[in-house]
Amino acid sequence: MLRRLALALGLTLPAFMAPLAAQAAGEVAEFMLDNGMQVIVIEDHRTPAVTHMVWYRTGAADEPPGQSGIAHFVEHLMFKATDDLASGEFSDIVEANGGSGNAFTSLDYTGYFQRVAADRLGLMMQMEADRMRDLVFDPEEVATERSVIIEERAQRTDSSPGGLFNEQMAAALYLNHPYGIPIIGWRHEMEGLTLEDARAFYDTWYHPNNAILIVAGDVTPEEVLALAEQHYGPIPASDSLPPRLRPTEPPHIADRRVIFEDERVATPYVAIRMLAPVREPGDQAEAAALVYLAELLGGSGQTSLMARRLQIEEERSLFAGAFYDSTSVDPSSFSLVNAPVPGVTLEEAEADLWRMVETFLEEGIDPEHFARIQFQLEASEIYEEDNTQGLARAWGVELTAGLSVADIEAWTEVLAAVTPEDVMAAAQRLFDDPATVTGYLMRPPATDTETDTTEVSQ
Amino acid sequence: MIARIAATLLACVLALPASATIEIEEVTSPGGIDAWLVEDPSIPFVALEFWFVGGSALDPAENRGATYLMTGLLEEGAADMDAQGFAAAVEGLAASFEFDSYRDAVVVSAQMLTQNRDEAAALLRAALTEPRFDEAALERVRAQVVSIIEGNARDPGEIASSTFNAMAYGDHPYGAPQEGTLETVAALTRDDILAAHRAALTRGRVVVGAAGDITPEQLGQLIDGILGALPAEAPPRPGPAGFALDGGTTVVDFPSPQSVAFFGHSGIARDDPDFFPAFVLNEVLGGGGFRSRLMEEVRVERGLTYGIGTSLSLADLSPTLLGQFSSSNALVGEAIEVVRGQWAEIAANGITQDELDAAVRYMTGAYPLRFDGNGRIAGILAAMQSDGMPVDYIENRNDYVSAVTLEDVNRVAARLLRPEALHFVVVGQPEGLSPGN
Repeated sequence: MLRRLALALGLTLPAFMAPLAAQAAGEVAEFMLDNGMQVIVIEDHRTPAVTHMVWYRTGAADEPPGQSGIAHFVEHLMFKATDDLASGEFSDIVEANGGSGNAFTSLDYTGYFQRVAADRLGLMMQMEADRMRDLVFDPEEVATERSVIIEERAQRTDSSPGGLFNEQMAAALYLNHPYGIPIIGWRHEMEGLTLEDARAFYDTWYHPNNAILIVAGDVTPEEVLALAEQHYGPIPASDSLPPRLRPTEPPHIADRRVIFEDERVATPYVAIRMLAPVREPGDQAEAAALVYLAELLGGSGQTSLMARRLQIEEERSLFAGAFYDSTSVDPSSFSLVNAPVPGVTLEEAEADLWRMVETFLEEGIDPEHFARIQFQLEASEIYEEDNTQGLARAWGVELTAGLSVADIEAWTEVLAAVTPEDVMAAAQRLFDDPATVTGYLMRPPATDTETDTTEVSQ
Repeated sequence: MIARIAATLLACVLALPASATIEIEEVTSPGGIDAWLVEDPSIPFVALEFWFVGGSALDPAENRGATYLMTGLLEEGAADMDAQGFAAAVEGLAASFEFDSYRDAVVVSAQMLTQNRDEAAALLRAALTEPRFDEAALERVRAQVVSIIEGNARDPGEIASSTFNAMAYGDHPYGAPQEGTLETVAALTRDDILAAHRAALTRGRVVVGAAGDITPEQLGQLIDGILGALPAEAPPRPGPAGFALDGGTTVVDFPSPQSVAFFGHSGIARDDPDFFPAFVLNEVLGGGGFRSRLMEEVRVERGLTYGIGTSLSLADLSPTLLGQFSSSNALVGEAIEVVRGQWAEIAANGITQDELDAAVRYMTGAYPLRFDGNGRIAGILAAMQSDGMPVDYIENRNDYVSAVTLEDVNRVAARLLRPEALHFVVVGQPEGLSPGN
């Protein structure tokens, strides 16, 4: 039930079995093409299928000022015409071959993938290589697709109080760094995105030396390398690929508060977010300790400290949890969330969260609880092997965050080496006078009474 | 390069794999429970999926929500373990159990490591056969359900589907949300939960799918261990749900920049001789791919939505053809007209041979790729049994799809697609949309 409740609140549960990272890569091979395109192959011969992915080391946080949403807009336009394919033909051919595919844009990366029968891999590479440099920008297509992304924003963000709240929280957390700007874009800037903006972004970032090819499934590294050299190899590298220079955060010296009221809110909650370090190349220990901290404090819906105290013993919370994102280019955030039971105010719920932090720092870690989390992390390697697509995706996230293959392969050991003392030390550092953003998602006081806002007419 | 791509495409189409490559073993446990197994020892764990057919539609009207709440309580303590004790035990074995309630089934998905499988199975057995339903846990989960119901009441997508169902099914269990209402959930007692448990979880109406590192003999014993103590006898299910909704548009006022449209009419049963033509027809109309008629006309051509899809819903007691999309309030009226227009167009003139060929290629090519991973395979095996499919269905399914002719599809289109019967529930503040058109 907690899973469904958390989903309804727009929260993703910190489920342990969700791929934490590409740990279990049984057989992984890495190559580099002469033009600088990185190639990763994850073998899994159980099903005669492959997942073919091309990731670009660019995302919403690399957009020029005033063009929020352009990275995602380009992702949509990549399904339009190239010099060789008509608009929409890319998807037609994938589907005609029994495949499925899509694409995604995040703060740090943009990725394209298809899942097809293993013997179609060359065809996928041929088409993906084609659109890496030969996209055609048609004014009418650009105008129609801009309407589609604005509808996407309306559906995912504007229609969701939780979505709007999260957008405001991020904007408040990052004073200067572009992680404060929504991936989908601010509506007023999306409305002004032009064909020229899209082409400029594409020409800046879509090059083989800024791309990573990941193939997972029923193939051998030798086959992949040969096909990659054939299809991606001839594309010249860009000699003007810019560094990912991003504005950095000034010291956070003030706490900030976000009060967001929306009459569509059903379950009010409080969220506290603070900047947190992430996995750094060659230095992943602090992030590994924070992974444990989030689990111990607010991971499991029954046995974490917050769930045990606030949900079960004191019956003051409907849902209480902690979230931490360990993998990104620049510092991410550690979050605490508390949806109180009716009768407990958001002010009290906020105080409850800090009380849990103090309790954790005072009481320390139950060794049995720690051992269970350690064992679950170990076992997640086994379960993740069952989901090759998930593994491929985890590798893409980690590589585009700037981690090396060696870092990724070491992550399991780094996690296994964490001690309770490490976690306590990391918690002390995280919670020692952090500058926070505290947000209330709530209904406006006037509609807080049980009036039915809906009305039916036929 | 275009000529090369076209040539490759053609060559590849001819070489599409004919069927899935998995091998299903039919297993009957010593205690007489049937299961389907795909044995694969390459990763040391097993995925199990149990579908207890019946689901929340078994709830008596005054106890609506009992099965849903009961299912949520299965992870809240069993035998001598309270909620935290049970959760800690599951975590300590790195097993995972999910309990979900649907209209037609309660679904239990489990994953267990080979190294501690027997201990994990004992925990699952306890959850299913000796749940405690402690008062404290009952109140805690009841509060969570109330929060979900309140959330649904403010979620335009949920309002749309529940309005549609209420109008289509009236007093039949399909007409009410399975979570129940604030009133029915508040009134549920521990005895109601016990009764829901007795009705929903029986040996007599369970189907089992398994995939992973386990032999047929081990699986038989495992299943008996987990399910053996459940009662054999299952209560009767409700009768078919008549579909009482006529064509038209219903507007539900809701403050949002976008409107959600939920639409449909009655569909076609799984055992209807025309099922496969209808299945292919839906793929062309609004199926999973990017290139369906509705995606093409509503999104690609006009930019009226981010996504639109339709599905042949095979709910056991009322098959339907349903669809959904969201559009800005200013655009939703136009989008609805486009959908109605396509409905009428395909009913009158059918689809083209090219569209049929593309759909068949996609459906037959994608099917074998579906069987990836123990968890997914176990789920598919259970779902197939629940639908009454024979074990050789996976082998033959692509032949059924490939056998569909243009004549079949267009005959079925004329029968199935009834633009005048299509009803839209629109939740939002749509502009220029008159409720009765």
